[in-house]
Amino acid sequence: MSADGHAEVLGDVTVTVCPDGPLLLRGPAQLRSVDGRTVEHDRTVVALCRCGRSRLKPLCDGSHRLSRFRDPASAEQLTHVLTHATPYEPDDPDAA
Amino acid sequence: MHQASPFHLRSSVTVVDVVVPAVSPARSPLLHDGPAPLPAARGPVSAAFLTAVLREPTRSIDLRHFFWAGEAADACTDDDLQLALWLSYELHYRGLAGVDDRWEWHPELLWARARWEEQLVAGLELAVPRDDAAGSGDPVADVVAGLTALAEGDSEPSLSKFLMRRASAEQFAEFLVHRSLYHLKEADPHSWAIPRLSGAVKGALVTIQADEYGGGVPAGMHAQLFRVLMDDWRLDTTYGRYLEQVPGSTLLGTNLISLFGLHRRWRGALIGHLTAFEMSSSVPNSRYARGHRRLEGGEEAARFFDEHVVADAVHEQIALHDLAAGLVRAEPALAGDVLFGARCAAYADAVFAGQLLGRWEAGQTSLRPQAEVAA
Repeated sequence: MSADGHAEVLGDVTVTVCPDGPLLLRGPAQLRSVDGRTVEHDRTVVALCRCGRSRLKPLCDGSHRLSRFRDPASAEQLTHVLTHATPYEPDDPDAA
Repeated sequence: MHQASPFHLRSSVTVVDVVVPAVSPARSPLLHDGPAPLPAARGPVSAAFLTAVLREPTRSIDLRHFFWAGEAADACTDDDLQLALWLSYELHYRGLAGVDDRWEWHPELLWARARWEEQLVAGLELAVPRDDAAGSGDPVADVVAGLTALAEGDSEPSLSKFLMRRASAEQFAEFLVHRSLYHLKEADPHSWAIPRLSGAVKGALVTIQADEYGGGVPAGMHAQLFRVLMDDWRLDTTYGRYLEQVPGSTLLGTNLISLFGLHRRWRGALIGHLTAFEMSSSVPNSRYARGHRRLEGGEEAARFFDEHVVADAVHEQIALHDLAAGLVRAEPALAGDVLFGARCAAYADAVFAGQLLGRWEAGQTSLRPQAEVAA
């Protein structure tokens, strides 16, 4: 998906869900704490931890590899979960 | 500024010849590298090279002296061959001290190097499996699966764990000395791929390289972060300063990328190499950082490792999904080369780690003895 994102417009914010890995946040998104404070940073792409094992949360530190975090994050899975709000079971004929 | 830790006061780091330059390059505003100093020869081929390049580049060379007579199985670690390759490649980077820049494109020297490269590739193909089981029929999926399996395979004898937990200060400094041959030109060999790519794949590479070069801010360039680290360990930050002290198995690491980088036909392998690099970086760098702090290295200097943990966690995703998979989507025929380049990177890493750990376990230094300066 990410590599097909040719239609991206400069200035768009995108979040890419990486298989077995972090969320890649691209573009001028504001990163905030819950009290609404914006965190200043100068990184053009940020990887946010998704496996829960990073020692640098909210950033990814590559720990997903050591903990063998698994989540395929396929387009079908993302679409299914966002549409149906139920677990994606690829073998389930009704899933997609 | 530099923090003088207790370690630095008590350690003489005897195995590493420590020179504190009069003007630290890390603090000079231009941060300009001079050409690499010429080392002593390590055998007939490097001797022939060193003799030739001190002459006029309009001269012909006697190619009989440039033939490396070793076996393919030794090509990856042979001191003579690896040094000759490193020197001939360096003509494309910062140049060699006292050597006319026209030697970079000397046709006969390039012919001789092409033979060395064939021998290196033959050595790599012996060491690295070229083809696995038949693929799924989807080259993009195969490349992603192959690169992921390689990264999870963790073939490295764990140099990073040793440095984190047990290495002495002298050993840690030796590690930095070895790595200086790459990190003082960090990212440069992979930049050769930029003009060979286009569109989204090029964009992915440029995103990675922009970070490597500190977004254009000299002090943020990874090569300069490494200088600060070397400085903290009281090492000489002069470009190429430690060439003399590192063995062929260390030079293999950069020679491999130069080989892939300088030949368009190896662009798939170059991208595979970079992807393997990025996918095997965050975790080892977090271990190096802990080793550095355990040995009371300075905080400012630790930024080199800390920054790699965070930056390469991003880069590994971009490299895998946008760069490597993107290239194979555009040029499916390169799938095998991408995996070959990645496996070569893992192999060179394992050779390097094995060399250091082997010498240290035997109670020896991993560095070559300092040669006498030739008169």
